[in-house]
Amino acid sequence: MWEYTEKVWDHFYNPRNVGEIEDPDGVAEVGSLACGDALKLTFKLDGKGRIKDARFKTFGCASAIASSSVLTEMIKGKTLDEAARITNKEIADVLGGLPEQKMHCSVMGMEALGAAIANYRSGGKEQKKEIDGRIVCTCFGVTDKEIERVIRENDLTTVEEVTNYCKAGGGCGGCKGEIEKIIAAVQQDRIKQTQAAPPKRGARLTNLQKIQLVQQTINEQIRPALRAHGGNIELVDVEGDKVIVAFRGMCAQCPTAEFTMKDVVEAKLREFVSEDLFVEEAPVSE
Amino acid sequence: MADKPRTIYLDNNATTRVADEVLEAIRPYFCDLYGNPSSMHAFGGQIAQEVRQAREQVADLLGCDPTEILFTSGGTESDNAAIKGTLAATPNRRKVITTRVEHPAVLAVCRDLEAHGYALVELGVDREGRLDLDELEHHLDDDTAIVTIMYANNETGVVFPIEQIAEKVTSRGIAFHTDAVQAVGKIPLRLSDGSVGLLSLSGHKLHAPKGVGVLYVRKGTRLAPFMLGGHQEGGRRAGTENVPGIIGLGKACELAGRFMDQENTQVRRLRDRLENAILKKCPDAMLNGHKTDRLPNTTNISFEYVEGEAILLLLNRFGICASSGSACTSGSLEPSHVLRAMGVPFTAAHGSIRFSLSRYTTEQDIDLVIEKLPPVILRLRELSPFVPK
Repeated sequence: MWEYTEKVWDHFYNPRNVGEIEDPDGVAEVGSLACGDALKLTFKLDGKGRIKDARFKTFGCASAIASSSVLTEMIKGKTLDEAARITNKEIADVLGGLPEQKMHCSVMGMEALGAAIANYRSGGKEQKKEIDGRIVCTCFGVTDKEIERVIRENDLTTVEEVTNYCKAGGGCGGCKGEIEKIIAAVQQDRIKQTQAAPPKRGARLTNLQKIQLVQQTINEQIRPALRAHGGNIELVDVEGDKVIVAFRGMCAQCPTAEFTMKDVVEAKLREFVSEDLFVEEAPVSE
Repeated sequence: MADKPRTIYLDNNATTRVADEVLEAIRPYFCDLYGNPSSMHAFGGQIAQEVRQAREQVADLLGCDPTEILFTSGGTESDNAAIKGTLAATPNRRKVITTRVEHPAVLAVCRDLEAHGYALVELGVDREGRLDLDELEHHLDDDTAIVTIMYANNETGVVFPIEQIAEKVTSRGIAFHTDAVQAVGKIPLRLSDGSVGLLSLSGHKLHAPKGVGVLYVRKGTRLAPFMLGGHQEGGRRAGTENVPGIIGLGKACELAGRFMDQENTQVRRLRDRLENAILKKCPDAMLNGHKTDRLPNTTNISFEYVEGEAILLLLNRFGICASSGSACTSGSLEPSHVLRAMGVPFTAAHGSIRFSLSRYTTEQDIDLVIEKLPPVILRLRELSPFVPK
């Protein structure tokens, strides 16, 4: 049996705001019977553009019903701009958390909300959720943009996590390779964005600090770039200013490895650790 | 939930309560009669007598010779042992035939074999869960090592004509195994008169404890030993006997033989009453599985527009225990592989509920479910966006 929080039980047993608003300002339906869960969300605005009333109808398990119910409570009183910023993670957090495999229920809430707001802003033209992006998972009709979003907002790193959050990859499994690529691409973007806070470069480093900083730089700055091409790198040793590394995976046979070594590895290490560093490839022992 | 409600247990295909008589029979074997049956002293040796008696009790229920009974740790071990042990004994044959509706203890083994280079045929079923025997016949050939087909389906209760199938398969010199975990104790068996070569059963599905099972191995069946070590079970399944489990299983088999008629009269009547009342009181509900080729204790009903987990959790509040083929109850994203193989639409599979009764089920239990279930379905339909206005 699932371990649901008290709050999930409460919203499942006593769902709030069940129903459909007659003549709503915004309406959206997401999910389908075939997928195992679906949500119809309607809302009405007051004179100041705030959500006055929100109602839901949900087909799904306890956590789908609870996510929908709590969502209607969360958006009441908010402007559309405020409501549009609600992420699936916030929905799950307000419920005190959801089991990993049920996170897609919170994502369904977020999607319905986004679609209902889009419906209002389009003047009621967008009735159903528009397909945004390219369908990656044909079993559950999940697009690349939806996958990217759950990866970004929940910091996902594995295909299994992506499946838990948006179902993609949970049917025939034929799209798992593609989901992996999307994860790699998104996680690389994140690294670019977080480069505002690169590894700290100390004025004078002890040997231990230097080795740690070299490792950190390889982990955060170098490895993701090589991973994107199916390769990998390992720190073998540090002798004075000489950093010895080994290429793994695709990099091991790559004709441009030498270029990568100077242009990427050494450049990054000099940038983040010390100008005096130089890099050598470990002799092949196997 | 202030007061804990009385438990209405209608999930007997998942597991059963241990019978009082079984518990009594087991009790002495923990602190008093704890000897090892293999020991060379009377204290242990007397236990071997009791194990022998349990073996006879099981053989009586199955209608076979006691020497054909191997005790195992349960249904899953029996299934693994039967399939892998047969393949190891017939290394020149590289094809396995099974069905798409098997329990994972068989299906996962077969698919793993396929990944290791065996050819695998998974037979389909029709909308009512029945096999096409001509299709089976068509796939039998000299390369086929084993055919493994369940006796009765755990989700729908649909019963396959196993004797007829076994005859077809073994007459071609091919090994035949059946997972009879759900059938034993509900369907009378005379294995000696038939053609089944290997049969699995599980103790905890017939009011014995968990952790004990049987693999029936017909005399003359080629089977490689599957657990090496000591000489127990004739060297075919090493490991010190689970004495209390075995004694309990023996007793449970004796009781099952005695209550066989009751399963097919009293239990069937209660099941039919429950099923008819639900189908009558709940609109847009339908039965999954053939109406008559079925175990007497199982009913599987789909409710359109609502989801199984939600139904179970609302029933749980009244102490009612059942199970569902919905995706959510398994943590996977797809509903029951059995219902999908039958071509039950996804929409109906997500809202499927299985009730499985036992001889301990009472009229009051059934009354309560008939009273509580329809409002639960109604309530969830009020929440559902799919109910037509």
